[in-house]
Amino acid sequence: MNTRYSVVPLAFTLLVMIPIYWLFTLSLQGRADATGSLLLFPANPTLDNFKTILSQPDWYMGYVNALIYVTINVLISVCVAVPAAYAFSRFRFRGHAALFFGLLMLRMMVPAILLVPFVQIFSTIDLIDTHFAVAFAHCYFTVPLAIWILEGFISEVPVEMDESAAIDGYSVFGFFRTLLLPQIATGIAVAAFFCFMFSWIEFLLSNALTTIDAKPFGGIMTRVGSVMSANVQLLAAAGVLGVIPGVILAISIRHHLARGFSLGRVA
Amino acid sequence: MHQFNQNTKPWLYLLPAFMVLFLVGLTPIAFVVFYSLHDTFGGNVFIWVGHQWYEEVLTSISFYEAVVRSLCFALLVLVVQIPLGIVIALRMPKSGVVTTIIIVLISIPILTPTIVVGYLWKAMIQPGTGLLYQSLLGIGVTLDMNSPYWTWAVLLLMDTWHWTGLVVLLCYARLRAIPSPYYQAAAIDSAGRWAVFRYIQLPRLKLVLAIAILIRFMDSFTLYTEPYVITRGGPGVSTTFLSHELVQTGLIQFDLGKAGAMAVMYFLIVLLISGVFYRLIVPAKGLSKPSLEANV
Repeated sequence: MNTRYSVVPLAFTLLVMIPIYWLFTLSLQGRADATGSLLLFPANPTLDNFKTILSQPDWYMGYVNALIYVTINVLISVCVAVPAAYAFSRFRFRGHAALFFGLLMLRMMVPAILLVPFVQIFSTIDLIDTHFAVAFAHCYFTVPLAIWILEGFISEVPVEMDESAAIDGYSVFGFFRTLLLPQIATGIAVAAFFCFMFSWIEFLLSNALTTIDAKPFGGIMTRVGSVMSANVQLLAAAGVLGVIPGVILAISIRHHLARGFSLGRVA
Repeated sequence: MHQFNQNTKPWLYLLPAFMVLFLVGLTPIAFVVFYSLHDTFGGNVFIWVGHQWYEEVLTSISFYEAVVRSLCFALLVLVVQIPLGIVIALRMPKSGVVTTIIIVLISIPILTPTIVVGYLWKAMIQPGTGLLYQSLLGIGVTLDMNSPYWTWAVLLLMDTWHWTGLVVLLCYARLRAIPSPYYQAAAIDSAGRWAVFRYIQLPRLKLVLAIAILIRFMDSFTLYTEPYVITRGGPGVSTTFLSHELVQTGLIQFDLGKAGAMAVMYFLIVLLISGVFYRLIVPAKGLSKPSLEANV
């Protein structure tokens, strides 16, 4: 296509990358370098900030905790979403459209509304400050997300496959495991990716539902960042570590990004 | 129709997901409604107070102001990001390595933890060291975070940086799927760029734009983390949005009843706005071909 067209997207991409680049350079600076002036290149690049984070349990456990609850969340979300997406794709039942749209509205639910009840509920059943509490709380947006994405993928699988499976005498479980799941492997990867990411980047609930044992890196960043003489370079390094999973996963599913962001509505 | 679909109802497939969603989506709402109708003096003692909290919320100016601020912010976000996203998507090369690289790079802000976005932009506006502050100073402009106009501008710029990529991605993916004969026909009719956009591209963007507008509207209407870090709701209360107000009331002042009533009102607003999108999204979704009819 005409290269003239690419100027606008390239300029936009460049502008978008500037703050990310700056965050990266900031993370490579020592505290002493940053006295009072803007630096576009670190004068004495150092990995000290990263070493600090990766050597202090107070810091690195934030990432471990986030990884744990995100993983639990992805497992729950995908497991319950596959059969539900199958039902939405293959059956027409009363309230089909309304329920399907209702899922989207749950995805739009405001975390601030759910916050106080979640804190109360999880305190009452003694699950506050556990990975499970956060993983479960995040399900209100990851499960609808996974169902919408997977519904799109399952609808692309011809119904004839279901029919021939029935003739061949497959059980429901056997059909799912040996026929459907391999067909929608990409869809499951995309759904898992988006559940992972949206759980990973969430802050309000994951911070409020944890105190020490399951505190994610975001909560640790606020603790460090809220003091007057906050170490901006250290925070930048913590930020870079928070961005890395997104970069890796964006590269690995680059051809399906639009599909996931549109909740499976465009291929 | 095959055997296992005849014998099983779709509800069995839906059950696990709906159980989870009932617990994490609807139960908290029931709690919120309960709080909004009761008063508590600590412990687990709740006293029925009827509509007292609703009266208090609906006569509180700070609630209305927060609603208006959130609405204005969300509308500004749409006005800026939707046209910008469309323009960028229209100019994207259809395929190739460059396109893939652009797509990955513009996704990065979206996939950045919100708390990191907050601290990054807080650092960007620090006098003396901040990239944005110093760049503006370089062209003779002083960024003044004590001015509501500047704080709004910074938040809007931050959100545009954070989320415009989403609009671009959705529109780009849909545009790419338009078969080239449409463009060839337009070329034969010597249609101009605007006509091609208006009669070929825009109608096909309707569904993705509805989704993009809904997602962008809701996420900016309910924004919490970034203003919480960057402005703390200030100067004054100029960037205290609805979520901020609610979290303050519920978690900091621990005023459960008032927070409950506020949350119910907030929920109704969200419900009302999403409802507007129902007709835009549902019929267009391609629910046309029911593959298997279930008698429920």
